[in-house]
Amino acid sequence: MNGATTASEFRPSWVQEKLFLGMTWKDYLRSNYTPFNAVAAFILAIGIPVIMYRLIYGLGPSTNLSDNNPWGIWIGFDMLCGVALAAGGFVIGTAVHLFGMKDYNFLFRPAVLTGFLGYLFAIIALTFDLGRYYRIPYPMVVSWGVNSVLFLVAWHVALYLGCQFVEWCPAIWEWLNLKKLRRFFIKATLGATIFGVCLSMLHQSALGSIFLLMPEKLHPLWYSEYIPLWFFMSAIVGGLAMTIIESMASHRIFAHQIKNHDPDLLDRVTLGLGKATSVTLFAYFFMKIIGIAHGNSWAYLDTGYGYWYLVEILGFVLLPAFAMMYAVQNGLAGMVRSWAIVVVLGIILNRVNHSIIAFNWHLPWADRYVPHWMEVVLTVTVVTIGILTFRWIMNRMPILYEHPDFEPEQH
Amino acid sequence: MDSNRRDFLKILAGAGLGSLPTGWPGGALADVTSLPGYPNQYGVLVDTTVCIGCRRCEWACKEANKLPNQQSLKEYEKDQGAFRTIRRTHADTFTVVNRFDNPRDSAKPIYVKKQCMHCYEPGCASSCFVKAFTKRPEGAVTYDASLCVGCRYCMAACPFDIPAYQYDNAFTPEVTKCNFCFEKIRQQGGVPACAAICPVETMTFGKRTDLIDLAHKKIRDNPGRYVNHVYGEGEVGGTSWLYLSGVPFNMIGFRTDLGTVPIPTYSKPFLSLVSPVFIVIPALAMGVYSFKKRRDQLAEDEVRKALEKKEKK
Repeated sequence: MNGATTASEFRPSWVQEKLFLGMTWKDYLRSNYTPFNAVAAFILAIGIPVIMYRLIYGLGPSTNLSDNNPWGIWIGFDMLCGVALAAGGFVIGTAVHLFGMKDYNFLFRPAVLTGFLGYLFAIIALTFDLGRYYRIPYPMVVSWGVNSVLFLVAWHVALYLGCQFVEWCPAIWEWLNLKKLRRFFIKATLGATIFGVCLSMLHQSALGSIFLLMPEKLHPLWYSEYIPLWFFMSAIVGGLAMTIIESMASHRIFAHQIKNHDPDLLDRVTLGLGKATSVTLFAYFFMKIIGIAHGNSWAYLDTGYGYWYLVEILGFVLLPAFAMMYAVQNGLAGMVRSWAIVVVLGIILNRVNHSIIAFNWHLPWADRYVPHWMEVVLTVTVVTIGILTFRWIMNRMPILYEHPDFEPEQH
Repeated sequence: MDSNRRDFLKILAGAGLGSLPTGWPGGALADVTSLPGYPNQYGVLVDTTVCIGCRRCEWACKEANKLPNQQSLKEYEKDQGAFRTIRRTHADTFTVVNRFDNPRDSAKPIYVKKQCMHCYEPGCASSCFVKAFTKRPEGAVTYDASLCVGCRYCMAACPFDIPAYQYDNAFTPEVTKCNFCFEKIRQQGGVPACAAICPVETMTFGKRTDLIDLAHKKIRDNPGRYVNHVYGEGEVGGTSWLYLSGVPFNMIGFRTDLGTVPIPTYSKPFLSLVSPVFIVIPALAMGVYSFKKRRDQLAEDEVRKALEKKEKK
């Protein structure tokens, strides 16, 4: 801004280089006056007081939770959807590091970063839901309820957060130029990936298995012994679809970071992911049908809940499966991307159905749960902070591109 | 399978987490579902054909548990407004008496007391990830607030919708439910507060096995007075509290679609998958990985050989 001469003499300090993107504090501040940040600031201005209100006055005044409806959107959306849609790290990690699909390697870091932050912020949102959030380490260190599915979820989500950190942290060491640490953690990637596959399989399905204890409260179209399998399969779908969306968005928003960006490669990989999504969706659809056959719940299809179920299963599972198949066969990467959004909405619909809409279906409407506005605001706030964190990291660390000073990863 | 997992976890606990507080209560890791009912557990038989709806049991319960919003005993007996709606248990109320129309005699409504059923194999206990619930040999299902994290899974997992939550307590909320007056009944001659105060002997406290016999004897000896079902004898695997009724149970607020499978059983098959996954998946994954490595190696060798040949020529 002050002309070329001063710019070449200006030597950024460590803080300026690492934190302020090589700018002075003033320039950095000025660069942040953007419409996007204005919206984010508006959300935080309302959201952070709401979070404080929740922490000071408790769950009663800040939520519509009740004795009949102990769980709301903080569980049904933040936790269940957050974790299912963060499965991309596990799916891409398996493809790249176990199956050796090298084409997808450039998706690995962004996918693992999305996964890591997805889990992290799902846990942060969960904290606000816990009555005594300050006891969150209790299932690890104080008392072990080994018969609880939730015990498994707590342990596995915590361990998996560690796995994803190991998979992703070489980016931090490259950013901070710590070569030895980087080498150590790159060697650990394979182990973390395998451990992460086990953990993901179990906790993704365990999140559904939570509902196994509630056959008398969850609608028969959603309740089945197959819930664990349904949740696992749909998490794979969610991870794939989110990777499609996330790679499209970040290659657009952060395009300036990628020197030799190859749009054809991205399209090819998107079609590959679309194919995988389509196949998994078909398999998932048939498992859902087998669940109905197994529980012999056909008669429920011709009821109000049945029609709602059909909207989910036909409109958000079968239709995207066919659409993705069509798009892949005709090489339409753009169409894959649009339908990936439908698929993600379908996963959200499924999780919300399980935890809220089809839950307590036997109760009269007056006793049913509708979220309080503060619950919605808190959820939006946590998601916003998640996106801001994602952007902060993307702007600083080598996520989309390979750091020029380091050799490519090998294990 | 499950005992293996438990032993494994015990070893882990011993080896890895030396900092764990010592002095765990004996059998803290005991499997809830391996308790096919303590033979000497107590129970209560509630005869809904006897209850007059005086609500003294509600008063006595609040008194015994020092619950908030207590009123005088007279207030309870006078207040018929409470029967206008069907109530459930709440943070300040461990038991409620509800009124239902009597299809046989509309002048004599049916009063039904509701509280924790104290299941043989409680859903709440199997849902709790910090083992805050314990099925006691005396029959009571008790709750330890000092462990509770407040996830409220127990409330979702209870088929009878009993546990409630102190939503208005901002910093130390607890789950609340009837504890069968555990401190009273564990002593010789102790009786739960509600059963002790009942003026018409709606509730009979005793050994559960005796109560089952008594219930069936009552049904046999009074043809026409009762429907031939003891609610709680088989529901969700059996409960310590048992009910007799003159009308079908679904007409007086009971769920008759619960089945006889204990709630913890539903998640057992899934939990038994945990160790196999950790054994099988790494083996398979390493296998796939080795195949891939070898395939890449062979391809590389092929290329190198082809190049060498070219150079020789």
